[in-house]
Amino acid sequence: METNVDCCENRRLVTSRRAFLLGGASFAAWAYLPKFARAADGRDPRLIVVILRGALDGLATVAPVGDPDYAALHGSIALTSDGPHAATMLDSFFVLHPSMPEFARMYRDKQAAVIHAVSTPYRDRSHFDGQDVLESGFAGPGRVQSGWLNRALEGLPKGEHVANGLAIGATTPLVLRGAAPTVGWAPATLPPAADDTAVRLLDLYQHRDPALASALSQGLQLEKAALGEDMKAKPGGNNVAAMRLVARGAAKVMAADDGPRIAALAFDGWDTHANEGGPVGRLAQLLSGLDGALGDFQSGLGERWRDTVVVVATEFGRTARINGTEGTDHGTGTVALLAGGAVKGGRVIADWPGLKVANLYEGRDLAPTTDLRAALKGVLRDHLGIGEALLATNVFPDSAAVKPMQGLVG
Amino acid sequence: MTRDPQAALTALNRFGFGARGGAAGDFVNAASDPRGFVKADLQRPAAPRLEMPGLQPTPALAEMVFAYQAEVKQAPHAAKANATTATAIAEAAPSADAKPAAAKMASADMSSKMASMDMQPKGNADALMRENEGAKPKAPKPLNVIQRTFRAEALARVQRALQADCGFGERLVTFWSNHFCVSAAKGQLGRMWAGSFEREAIRPHVFGRFHEMLMAVEQHPAMLFFLDNQQSLGPDSRAGQNRKRGLNENLAREIMELHTLGVGSGYTQADVTSLARIITGWTFVGRQGKLGPPGTFLFNAHAHEPGPQTLLGKTYPDSGLAQGEAALADIAHHPATAKFIAAKFARHFVADDPPPALTARLHDVFRKTDGDLLALATTLVDSDDAWQVPLTKMRSPYEYLIATGRLLDHIPDEPGRYLGGLNMLGQPLWAPSGPNGFPDTNAAWAAPEGMKLRLDIAAEVASRVGDNVDPRDLLQLVAAGASSQDTRHTIERAESRQQALALLLMSPEFQRR
Repeated sequence: METNVDCCENRRLVTSRRAFLLGGASFAAWAYLPKFARAADGRDPRLIVVILRGALDGLATVAPVGDPDYAALHGSIALTSDGPHAATMLDSFFVLHPSMPEFARMYRDKQAAVIHAVSTPYRDRSHFDGQDVLESGFAGPGRVQSGWLNRALEGLPKGEHVANGLAIGATTPLVLRGAAPTVGWAPATLPPAADDTAVRLLDLYQHRDPALASALSQGLQLEKAALGEDMKAKPGGNNVAAMRLVARGAAKVMAADDGPRIAALAFDGWDTHANEGGPVGRLAQLLSGLDGALGDFQSGLGERWRDTVVVVATEFGRTARINGTEGTDHGTGTVALLAGGAVKGGRVIADWPGLKVANLYEGRDLAPTTDLRAALKGVLRDHLGIGEALLATNVFPDSAAVKPMQGLVG
Repeated sequence: MTRDPQAALTALNRFGFGARGGAAGDFVNAASDPRGFVKADLQRPAAPRLEMPGLQPTPALAEMVFAYQAEVKQAPHAAKANATTATAIAEAAPSADAKPAAAKMASADMSSKMASMDMQPKGNADALMRENEGAKPKAPKPLNVIQRTFRAEALARVQRALQADCGFGERLVTFWSNHFCVSAAKGQLGRMWAGSFEREAIRPHVFGRFHEMLMAVEQHPAMLFFLDNQQSLGPDSRAGQNRKRGLNENLAREIMELHTLGVGSGYTQADVTSLARIITGWTFVGRQGKLGPPGTFLFNAHAHEPGPQTLLGKTYPDSGLAQGEAALADIAHHPATAKFIAAKFARHFVADDPPPALTARLHDVFRKTDGDLLALATTLVDSDDAWQVPLTKMRSPYEYLIATGRLLDHIPDEPGRYLGGLNMLGQPLWAPSGPNGFPDTNAAWAAPEGMKLRLDIAAEVASRVGDNVDPRDLLQLVAAGASSQDTRHTIERAESRQQALALLLMSPEFQRR
């Protein structure tokens, strides 16, 4: 149940028991080690995909202060490169939101990059469809039961089962849902039912209801929770705390030799329709949670950070012009963020469309000039070695025309 | 004795909340006339209404919130903890925490044979308590008015579902309430109004017309608050000009996407913006009560965008409130709405992929009867498909917990266990994660961890009930001749009555509907 009852504008508040504990954040990982893990060449890549649900305001996260139209459009919540809450200059054109010091540091260390004016192929403005497109990897919305990251796993040689204290996740994000088995964590809860009862029930299901047999047998593979003592949710815990809790837990299990290599996280709460705030305020809070999570990935992964890529993506952007309630409505183009020791960072990658009204998508949104799939393909190919043919067919169906972006990793 | 056990199981589980224990004889009654058993609910027009002493109308609740907030402002230190963390803890999880609710629960436990649904994870409760350390050793704090109200509303709803004969009417209430959901997790008003919203905007119209329910919903303060419309100002309205604020299209979008037409049905961004303009000024009276009693719907002409608007190809002259009412009426009667509602209705009651003929029939009835929801429900019960499609859907957590309570024949005087169980299973009462409501597919509810948690809950329930019931008798009440031999044998061969009861509660006959 939501604990911070006074401050919840966000529409995706509580989804599950786990979200109850963690306030709208979830973690799931591939249940197997890729065979190339611990290979002789010492390269042992890790990939973490972070989905921001609710549509991140890309223009508020990495603001084009060099664009003459930006300040007027973003109005009272626009960032500036000077003043008491000055944003961090990334280059002569873009600034980074001031509540993201960790990402700024990674950027300086050339371990973080921004892709701007990016979007999935989805062009309407429904969260639910937009998230489906972002996570399914299909070109359009529809009821798809698997995600691109899960299908990408087919291109990887399957090694041992991860041995960490992870359980089957009830809330695996769509991006990692599919045929390849996944694990997540489930904090210890009730005293579990006796094994004998479970065995008898499984036996009944195997005779009467194979689908439930499969679900329950996976559910029973619960092991010790990945949560250590320090990992429990705190009351009044808001999205910020939740993001960091999940990130720390994820880093902890992924740092282990026998821990998962490929994981997805989902953070809720980015739907800033009203009172979004500028350098301080609601979005700033959320971004500081995300930033803290990135920092936690780095510190938690230790020397593994060197081989890590974190991709942060959202379903679409928000209107370039703020709305009547000092927020932004659903839009199109936004940012994607890359962080990690394996990222060729220190740059904002953008084919900038400009913010003149004539250049805005449908006269209201940042026009997307980069297909998010190009960036994702670039990462999957160069970081995990997944072949382009598989990427163009299975992973992102019907996307042969979208070429992998070069040189994101290395 | 039982004439058509399979149809009886369908009547009880697909349409209702499951067989009641004790001497209710639900299964026998359902078997002798399955359709009649279900339709009895439809023949009492007032059946879905919920009026009880102590349940207050929305404006009265608003006054209570405003008074409470003023009090907190006066004495910030004393009231602060109550206002935030304690709300969630005490309402949803009166378990390990030494709060009065928990104390009450404990004494209720002793006198009750009712199984525990108090599955608040211990680790979590510990964590919650730790944060509250400063307050913990002191005397327990009384619940604040928001917590008390939420619990009273929850209790009334749970008791009604537990006591209903078949429960089809209550199932329809939960369907429509989820379709037009608000969130009790959005602010104090959201929490205070979640129950009254359902009582006032949903229940009176469950056997009425869709467009009447739609209007009641979109003009209810709880919905206007949930989707921000009270903040939306016409950019060219007097208030918009004075305050330099403007549109918020949140409600307008969800009306079209989730409440009526459905996403991808052909409306455009321009339509969303148009509807947002049309319903500017739809708000509710705030705490000062300048324009009426606080917490009542208000059309504020000063905030309304002046001028005609074009929506879905039709131009609506600026007739103030009537402009929006005309637009909503047209949207309610739009062919896409009939299609969207028919598909969702069939999917909820019959199967994730319902027979197209059934959906087409519902669609047709919805259109021809001007969205008569009683006719829609009657058509469903009358259709052969609804009785022939196998029971493959999972009960939602709410349906599972209610069915368990019905079978064990216990009416709680306190909702904590149900609230805790719902939180744990991912369906917190009146608090879905977004305006699209809780999911309605097997993929959502038959997930691995969810199944394991259901089993843990079943085992916990069974351990509390003890040896007071004979699970073999309960299986007769639940499914009688419709139970499989495997289930019967599994229960008969269990090593204890407790284990047998847990297995019964987890059997396909009990979990599927």
